Formats: sequence, C-alpha cells, structure tokens
Amino acid sequence: MTLGTTDREIIRALQGGLPLVPAPYKAVAETLGLSEARLVQRLAAMKETGVIRRIAAAPNHYRLGMIENGMTVWDVEDDRIAELGAQIGALSFVTHCYERPRAPPDWPFNLFAMVHGSDKNEIAAKRAEIRTILGAASRADDMLVSTRILKKTGLRLGQKR
Amino acid sequence: MTPLDDIDRDVLNAIQDDLPLSHRPFAEVAARIGLDEQELLARITRLKDQGVLTRFGPFFDAAAMGGAFCLCAMAVPEDAFEMVTELVNAHDEVAHNYQRAHVLNMWFVLATETPEGIDRAADAIEAETGLAVRRFPKLQEFFVGFRVAA
Repeated sequence: MTLGTTDREIIRALQGGLPLVPAPYKAVAETLGLSEARLVQRLAAMKETGVIRRIAAAPNHYRLGMIENGMTVWDVEDDRIAELGAQIGALSFVTHCYERPRAPPDWPFNLFAMVHGSDKNEIAAKRAEIRTILGAASRADDMLVSTRILKKTGLRLGQKR
Repeated sequence: MTPLDDIDRDVLNAIQDDLPLSHRPFAEVAARIGLDEQELLARITRLKDQGVLTRFGPFFDAAAMGGAFCLCAMAVPEDAFEMVTELVNAHDEVAHNYQRAHVLNMWFVLATETPEGIDRAADAIEAETGLAVRRFPKLQEFFVGFRVAA
C-alpha cells in the first residue's frame, strides 16, 4: 500500500515520538493544522492497516540490565515451522521471531529468534528452553552472541515523494 | 542513574502496552496503575531523560508502508572491520548493525522505502567493500508478545 500525503506528514511528525503532555494528539494535530479528531481517525486507520503496530514506550534493554543478546538460529522441519515458530515467538523473552530462507551449504537455519538477558548464562538458559520446545523438529542450531552495537537508529522516512 | 522504584516499574510495564487514542490517554493509563496524570507524565519524562526509555510513540512497520526490511550478514576480515563498519554505517538504509561472534560477524538490517531499494543498497555495499552481503529476507513473521518485565 502507498501512503497518502496526510499520513506521511503524520508519520514524519511522530518519528521522534509523541509529546509527553496531557493531550498529545491535540498537540500534534495543531502542529499539522489538523483537527484532533482527524488525526485520531488517521492513526486508527494506520493501526488497522498495520503501518502503526502500537503507540508505546520503547525500553532501553541495556539500561534495564539486559546487556546480552543472542540471535538463536534453528534448522526446523518445513512442515512444522508455522506451528513451532508461533510457539517460540510467544515466549516472553523472545523479541523477534522470523522464518528466513536457508542459505546452503553453510547456513542451514530457517528460524531466527532473538533473546535478551542480563548475562551469558541467562541467554544460554533461554536458548536451552527453546531447544526443549523444538525437540527433534530442529536438526541443528547455533547462537550468535552480540559483541558490539555498531549502529542503532530508528526508522527515518525520506523527504521525497 | 537513580535506581527504579516500584512505581517506576509499574509505569514501565504499563506504558509498553498500546496507548489509547483518546483525548487524555495518559490519564487513562495513570488510573490503571493508581497514579494521577501529572505524576505519570513526570515519570515517563524522567525515564526518557535517564535513557531507560529510548522513545515513546508509535512503532511503525516500514513493510506495511510499502517499504522493505532485510536482515543482511557479512563475513568481514578482522583487520578490515573498522573500515567496513564505516562504509556500511554510512548508508542511511542501515537501520542497525551488530557485531556478532561468528564467521558471519557483521549483521545489519536494511530498511528501504521500496522492495527494490534492498538490493540496490546491498549491491552498493558489496561494490564498496568487495565483500558479499548475504541477504536473509523474512519469509514469515511470528507474533511476539515480548515486554520487558521491569
């Protein structure tokens, strides 16, 4: 789907976040020359289409002590991936969970699940928990531990179009 | 940073849920956890200033806007790592980039406004670095119920 001009302006205005004031939608609407009702209607529509997933806080894992992250990868039988992927994604400590293409010969893995924890032992325990759920349906797995953040930025929408 | 108190923890847990689209949304959330609106706003502002929150606002899905995401990986020789990092990070399409302990030691996400933009950016990085950019587009996303329990 493509975005209308109003929606693009709304997204651009909200990329940095929502103002922390009692009536935040009214405040944003005023800067855009829209009514609060119109802004709320567009936000509701963008939630409906999935352009906005939710309006919420993004916590900083590091400042909350969750300084380790591991990208666990699994070679899961194709006919079970939908069922098992849904189960792994539902785990409270998994932040991202995707099926991605295998890339033979050196990359047999098709399920990616990111786990976070306060130390190496904690992420190892979480990997073990995933392994228990997948059982024999996973033929191989690995965990790629992050050693350094090289870049981290939010979504930036271009100015064109 | 001052340690989080119990009220901060309640706030952190409550504000990871979707904010209502109402005239006074923070008043509604505050009522749920027994605070008043001003107190909640003051605490969110402080948590943000302290860096406990990266941001507060809408989570956008670039794919739903017609754009695309792709996870990419490279096997970068150790002695070229800093140089390659600079070349990769200079691309605006690189949303985040992590070093990981593996032969494929650089993992980054490309976010572009069109699906064609992914290959364009990845091909440009290959040309600049002389290294292969392995592409792992998502085939299926599984719903994640993740919340940081504070």
